[in-house]
Amino acid sequence: MTAFVELEQVTMTYGGPGIDTVPAVADASLTIKQGEFVAMVGPSGCGKSSLLKIVSGLMPADKGITRVAGEPVTRPLTMVGMAFQNATLLPWRTTLENVLLPLEVSRTHRGSFRRKKAEHLETARALLKTVGLEGYEDHAPYELSGGMQQRASLCRALIHAPDLLLLDEPFAALDAFTREELWGVLQDLWMQRKFTVILVTHDLREAVYLADRVYVVSKRPGRIVYERPIPLARPRTLESTFDQDFVDLVHKLRDHIGEVRAS
Amino acid sequence: MISKIKLAPWLATIGLFVFWEVVCRLFSVPEFILPTPSASIAAMIEYWPAIWQNAFYTFWVTMVGFALAVIFGLALGLVTGASAVVYSAIYPLLVGFNSIPKVAIVPVLVVWFGIGTIPAILTAFTISFFPIVVNVATGLATLEPELKDVLRSLGARKIDILLKVGVPRSMPYFFASLKVAVTLAFVGTVISETVAGNAGMGHLMLTASSSFRVPLVFAGLLVIAAMGVGMYVVFVLVERRFVGWAFRGGDNG
Ligand SMILES: Nc1ncnc2c1ncn2[C@@H]1O[C@H](COP(=O)(O)OP(=O)(O)O)[C@@H](O)[C@H]1O
Ligand SMILES: [Mg+2]
Repeated sequence: MTAFVELEQVTMTYGGPGIDTVPAVADASLTIKQGEFVAMVGPSGCGKSSLLKIVSGLMPADKGITRVAGEPVTRPLTMVGMAFQNATLLPWRTTLENVLLPLEVSRTHRGSFRRKKAEHLETARALLKTVGLEGYEDHAPYELSGGMQQRASLCRALIHAPDLLLLDEPFAALDAFTREELWGVLQDLWMQRKFTVILVTHDLREAVYLADRVYVVSKRPGRIVYERPIPLARPRTLESTFDQDFVDLVHKLRDHIGEVRAS
Repeated sequence: MISKIKLAPWLATIGLFVFWEVVCRLFSVPEFILPTPSASIAAMIEYWPAIWQNAFYTFWVTMVGFALAVIFGLALGLVTGASAVVYSAIYPLLVGFNSIPKVAIVPVLVVWFGIGTIPAILTAFTISFFPIVVNVATGLATLEPELKDVLRSLGARKIDILLKVGVPRSMPYFFASLKVAVTLAFVGTVISETVAGNAGMGHLMLTASSSFRVPLVFAGLLVIAAMGVGMYVVFVLVERRFVGWAFRGGDNG
């Protein structure tokens, strides 16, 4: 297990240094191992989404070192899959066509997609089946519930087998039951494939359920103020969220968030 | 419920005509000020051959101008929406151009092309061009930032983003603009025919009003309105046919 994502003293200001006086991210340092599942929690507006953009290469940092897979990040990384609070499915495409979009347009995959179309179609169908969307391949997004749209969005993020999955509050807009169901779906996918994950969330139970390690980010400018390994056994279940050690971990994180918010 | 909604526009139209008829008769409004709808329709029947001929002429002139507006509007809208630089360069020009009353450019067009069909086509074109450009450009330029991030991180080419996401996304805006643009195109044609024409509904109405045949003028107005409504309905159906997906569900993307 080697370092896969490394941030050293990274600072980023929107519009470049000097224009916006308060940076969105300041002196953030973190190290994530290959195949690790990391969650990031913190007050809203503290720079979590900005951190994901730096890691993915979508936003350059002003200062510090960003490395992914041993290479400095200088441009958007194609080994990244992304999903957001908003499923952003294309309404004129079927579920299956939405999932295939990355293969059609990706710099690294579009050639192989054209040559081995049948194979990739099979992969996409299998992936949809894993998240419980079998039978919905040809449905339009408006025919899917919010939870199903989010499942499809996860499939779109994973179809090109990315090494790094960046999730920005993907379950925040869902009701509690659907959200907890999707924790299980995501855990299964990750246990099968062992990609590296950074999950941004507001939900401390979600962080403890899914992550190997949780980072607490300070108010803007965002920096990492606390880090907590979650040594619970896998696969975690909804019952296990009522265990004493699970509840203790959630409480401990809540105390730290409270401190961050009060500071 | 459905039948009520389907019936409503007919009832409202009939209601307006009845109201108009009643007001004219009640206050004995002279015919050369405001003729009744029945007098207008009587004039329509009486002069039907002339009306039909001129309406047909106005119709095809409008359609040619409108077709040009669709082709150039779509093309310019795509270019404008796809590039932020082109957008900011061209937008003020478009707004400025759109603010010019089209009646003011007809004399210029007549100087260039002579009285007749070409100024009418170009007036219809210039007046219906703007809403198409603006709508298509807006549809392209308002891509969700998250989706933009996904596409950028995949290393998608600009052309792929444009063809697979931008263009389909802007189609509902495009078809919505066609409904407005086609009715504006009629306005353009009739303006040109009225100011400098030798045929068409505008010319017919000008001739009629200069000889105080006001019912005939109103018959002309009704025919123009009917053509506008007809084409509007055609483009509602076209819209439903091509971008039906934009009318379902709703909240997602
Ligand atoms: N595109 C942007 N331009 C300018 N400021 C931004 C932009 N995106 C976010 N910010 C600002 O940067 C800070 C951090 O934002 P963000 O990373 O989105 O926070 P979080 O995801 O933790 O809620 C916020 O104060 C926000 O207002
Ligand atoms: Mg955010």
